[in-house]
Amino acid sequence: MPHPLVEVHALVNRFGTQVVHDGLDMQVEKDDVFAIVGGSGSGKTVLLRSILGLQHPASGVVRIAGRDITHLSFAQLRPIKARYGVAFQHGALYSGLTVLQNVQLPMIEHLDLASDARDELALLKIRLVGLPGDAASKYPAELSGGMVKRAAVARALALDPPLLFLDEPTSGLDPLGAAAFDDLVLYLHEQLKLTIVMITHDLDSIFRTCNRVGVIVDRRMESDTLDRIVEHPHPWIQAYFHGERARSRLAGARHGA
Amino acid sequence: MAVEVRRTGDALLLELTGEWEARQFTAIDAQLAAVDLTGAQRVQIATAGLTSLDLSAAWALRRFLQRARAAGVAVGFRGAPPDQLRLLDAAVEEGGAAPAVPESLAEKGALISIGRFTVRSGADLMRWLTFFGRACVTFVSGLGSAQRLRPISIVRHVYETGITAMPIVALIAFLISVIVAYLSAQQLRGLGVDIYVVDLVTIGVLRELGVLLTAIILAGRSGSAFAAELGSMQLNEEVDALIATGVDPFEVLVVPRVLGLIIALPLLTIIADLVGLTGGAVLCGYLLDMPLSQYLERVNESIASTTFWVGLMKAPVFALVIALAGCYHGMQVRGSARELGRQVTLAVVQAIFLVILADALFAVLFMKLDI
Repeated sequence: MPHPLVEVHALVNRFGTQVVHDGLDMQVEKDDVFAIVGGSGSGKTVLLRSILGLQHPASGVVRIAGRDITHLSFAQLRPIKARYGVAFQHGALYSGLTVLQNVQLPMIEHLDLASDARDELALLKIRLVGLPGDAASKYPAELSGGMVKRAAVARALALDPPLLFLDEPTSGLDPLGAAAFDDLVLYLHEQLKLTIVMITHDLDSIFRTCNRVGVIVDRRMESDTLDRIVEHPHPWIQAYFHGERARSRLAGARHGA
Repeated sequence: MAVEVRRTGDALLLELTGEWEARQFTAIDAQLAAVDLTGAQRVQIATAGLTSLDLSAAWALRRFLQRARAAGVAVGFRGAPPDQLRLLDAAVEEGGAAPAVPESLAEKGALISIGRFTVRSGADLMRWLTFFGRACVTFVSGLGSAQRLRPISIVRHVYETGITAMPIVALIAFLISVIVAYLSAQQLRGLGVDIYVVDLVTIGVLRELGVLLTAIILAGRSGSAFAAELGSMQLNEEVDALIATGVDPFEVLVVPRVLGLIIALPLLTIIADLVGLTGGAVLCGYLLDMPLSQYLERVNESIASTTFWVGLMKAPVFALVIALAGCYHGMQVRGSARELGRQVTLAVVQAIFLVILADALFAVLFMKLDI
């Protein structure tokens, strides 16, 4: 049986005396669109940072494509990092570079390309995420919030990775912009066959794009398919999926199904 | 990853096998470019042997297809064409025409450059003056109430720019006075007028070196800090947040820094003067065997009543220039981290330049006034 694409086992994260994760397990299989959900301060971002190797966990195992990354050096991690893309919450675009140069930076670091091929491929990625071609020569400060998010995805796709991490991709977007971004996520998943892991608060996004959901409650993760997680008895999960804001959405989804 | 070419008459069969991924792009592109299309009428591409085909590799294939079609060769796939090609076509269509390369300065001639430079310098100067004017107006209008002058903020800046700078200012003042004493002792000893070493050290430190070096240290230390702090606040939209709250950023950010430095720099200058004279005493004792009592007596004789004040009165002017340069360039930061670095550099360079320029003007002024 092939390895899960992302596997977290018995993860413990502590800051001083504050325990953020205590034995957290998570598995993302190939072709999943996996949503990480949780209240503010529940450690969603810390979990993502642990998976990306930006945060060294107190204990536990993080495997990406079967390899434990918690004990690898920076140099050993490099080829693994070329296999996934990350779009940070606020884009984290390099402010001194144009969008085109932002997308090219991973290519320059990881691929041996002639400059005309690099231009073409970077431009392709920019169009793929739905940005107009003239956005390529703009600096991040000249972009709107939605365009920054798309540019961040274009940069994450630079190396054609099979796995994509998105940190709150629809936060800060208006409902139409958020829906358009959901379309992009679906496109990436269905057409480009990407496996996607995203942190999100957005119920609309979850119901439209995700097939599996992991909820961080009590410093652990409860994960299941979307259909089953909404029936989970944990009070926080109940409140989250059956609160005032969620009810209409859920009813709609049921009717549609 | 490989391309196998089989030729039968005027038909080519390309068999693609293995992993076709972004990291092999250059090799793939080279292999496809090497396919000889001369004499071929039809090309068939078999993709059954591919284990993977990502978008970058598909782009290389698309390039090849375009070349073949341009050469008038009919291209077909054995089986269905890969999905990736359809995605690429859709993406290219949707994106519209390729963007024009951003033109840099359209015209480049010496005259045009000079013109641009002049206009830009003029605009810069106007902005500077506007900034200075606004700072002055804000200060004057704040004079009415103690609260609007932000005393707590001023105290914080006196502490950060003044108290914490004391060790480095003292150390540098000591070393500079040692250098002056040493240099002049070497020159004057031959003439038998060692005693003038004291005059040189005293007048040099009190009139010029004490205040000038302190100002230059603060330009590097606090001018840069002001620019970096305000600049990152600009990037973070904190300045906009202040304005949106109805708080004048000049009142809470600029004026307290300027006033803080205007208080701190003269105090630091006094310390530098004291330490500088001490350094002179140490070196005169060591090099010239001059007892301390004789040194002090000579110090008293060499200075006029104005010497100390001439040095000290320059300090607030230097402080004003340094703080304004730092705050001005900090507030000019827009958009990017690179811009922040550029403005901080400008702040320090401009502060040091203006301090020295002001010092030169003071020297001329004092000579005319015969002080």
